[in-house]
Amino acid sequence: MSGSPFFNKYRLWRWFKSGVVHVFLMTVTLTCLFPLFWMVRSSLMTQETVFVDKAIFPAVWHFQNYWVAWTEGHFGIYFLNSLVYTVFVVIGIVLISSLAAFAFSRLHFPGKNFFFYMFVAAMMIPLPGSFVPLVVLMNKYHLGNTRIGYILCMINVGLPLSILLLKTFFDKIPSDLEDAARIDGCSKLGIWRHIALPFARPAIAVIVIFSSLSVWNEYILAMLLLNDQSLMPLQRGVMYFAGSHSVDYPLLMASLTIAATPIVLIYLVIQKHIIRGLSSGAIVG
Amino acid sequence: MSSAQSKTLSGHLLKDYLSSFSFILPAVAIFVGFYIIPFYEIFNLSLHDWNGISAGKTFVGLENFQELMGDVIWWRSMWNATYITLIALTFQNILAFALALACNRAIHFKGFYRLVFFLPPVLSEIVVGIIWRWILNSGVQGNENIGLLNYLLNAVGLHDLIHNWLSDPNTALTCIAVVHSWKGFGWGFIILLAGLQTIDRRLYEAAQVDGANSWSTFWNVTIPMMLPVIMVVVVLTILGSMQSFVLILSMVGQGLVYHTEVPVTRILSAMTVTQRYGYACAQGVMFGLILVMVSFIIKKLSDRMKQA
Repeated sequence: MSGSPFFNKYRLWRWFKSGVVHVFLMTVTLTCLFPLFWMVRSSLMTQETVFVDKAIFPAVWHFQNYWVAWTEGHFGIYFLNSLVYTVFVVIGIVLISSLAAFAFSRLHFPGKNFFFYMFVAAMMIPLPGSFVPLVVLMNKYHLGNTRIGYILCMINVGLPLSILLLKTFFDKIPSDLEDAARIDGCSKLGIWRHIALPFARPAIAVIVIFSSLSVWNEYILAMLLLNDQSLMPLQRGVMYFAGSHSVDYPLLMASLTIAATPIVLIYLVIQKHIIRGLSSGAIVG
Repeated sequence: MSSAQSKTLSGHLLKDYLSSFSFILPAVAIFVGFYIIPFYEIFNLSLHDWNGISAGKTFVGLENFQELMGDVIWWRSMWNATYITLIALTFQNILAFALALACNRAIHFKGFYRLVFFLPPVLSEIVVGIIWRWILNSGVQGNENIGLLNYLLNAVGLHDLIHNWLSDPNTALTCIAVVHSWKGFGWGFIILLAGLQTIDRRLYEAAQVDGANSWSTFWNVTIPMMLPVIMVVVVLTILGSMQSFVLILSMVGQGLVYHTEVPVTRILSAMTVTQRYGYACAQGVMFGLILVMVSFIIKKLSDRMKQA
């Protein structure tokens, strides 16, 4: 009986503690979400009301900003370009890096280690400003201001890490499995296709997710390489729009929302994979 | 007979090697064209004077580097990047660690918090920068502050704090550093939380049996066990923050004022504004060497800490 007040005090203390923790977490949550909310909210106003009306929800919702941005602001084209770049770069990275990683892991040929460590070294050495010679070379190859040039550059950015990640996966394929396939008459390409690729599915998922993120959000090479509006991806289009008009804020906010929505939606759907991939990667690294 | 056999054998082997090599051929071709050659070119160009257009490049030896050593704006930009990095190392990482500790327990809405904290990192620097530029806008229309922050400061009566956040040299860089931390703390949070979850529960139980309070448990169990993960976060923060620049382009643009310049925006300016490609490459080489040195020093420090 005498223990009861002590128990209550203990419980109160625990409630208090978890209350403080939740207040802290909630505050940070709000600072994370509010700017995004403010972006969407501002995108539904007009240039006249956006500067003076600071109500949480605007009185009238102008959804037509999105239509104007999509058509007159060329964001329909930018969106399509971003989609094309993302799809082709991701497919390119997965195909090219899985072939190379498979060879580094399971095949034998002279110079194998040399080439493998070349990719590893590239990941270790930071090379800020490498975009300067890259742009010079792209123009020399006549690949500047072309879709294929930008796609190849972005594939190159993703290659070393993907090769490393996939090689560690391929190293774990049981030799029995490979031998059995070989005895059944499977070629090297067949083993890559039917055994290695399915085996590395989790790693490929991580590569697809993070490459898509980095291509969709890439800005600097898009700025330096692509001058035609018809070739620009979204991030470049947003900056082009922000720089070339006397800024119409609701339209700008609508264009930001267009640029951010796909990535946020995809993130919400596959967030478990992202966090799992990141967590395991971090602990290994 | 035996020589003919060995001939076909080596022919087979050669064919086998070639077919194996063809697996890495696409990767190597792209890598040579888009990494190795630019890598060579950045060193080569750094020894030349070139405007990016004319056919002839003038060899100038180490002159670009000599000029760079005395370039006040360059070293100022280096300090600016260091300042952003220091704020990211302290403010951002301590916040990330505190949040990870708060979430590393049986707590309601853990999944929700984790979902939200990693939202800023998946957004692009362009989107983040322009949203914050809009919130920090210092314009005035009539008697109203256009930007939300100044409007709120006015509304709650803190008139003295109303400010040209992004055009005042005293606050612009700090604003950028805070937004950079806002965008980046989610990475540290996820990595540190994953690290915390690998610590063996029994260590905490043993500390409890020994009568350690939560403070000393934190210092004697959590911190030592987390050191390797913390070092990973520190290295990633330094390399990422020193080289970040897109956020600066989207928040304040490539202005003619130098208080928000960082090394990479200097490289970009040398290339696109003054069109001194050689000088741009010299800056890239110098900055790369500094970063390699910094990560080497951190590696040595963390090795020493592990031994202690």
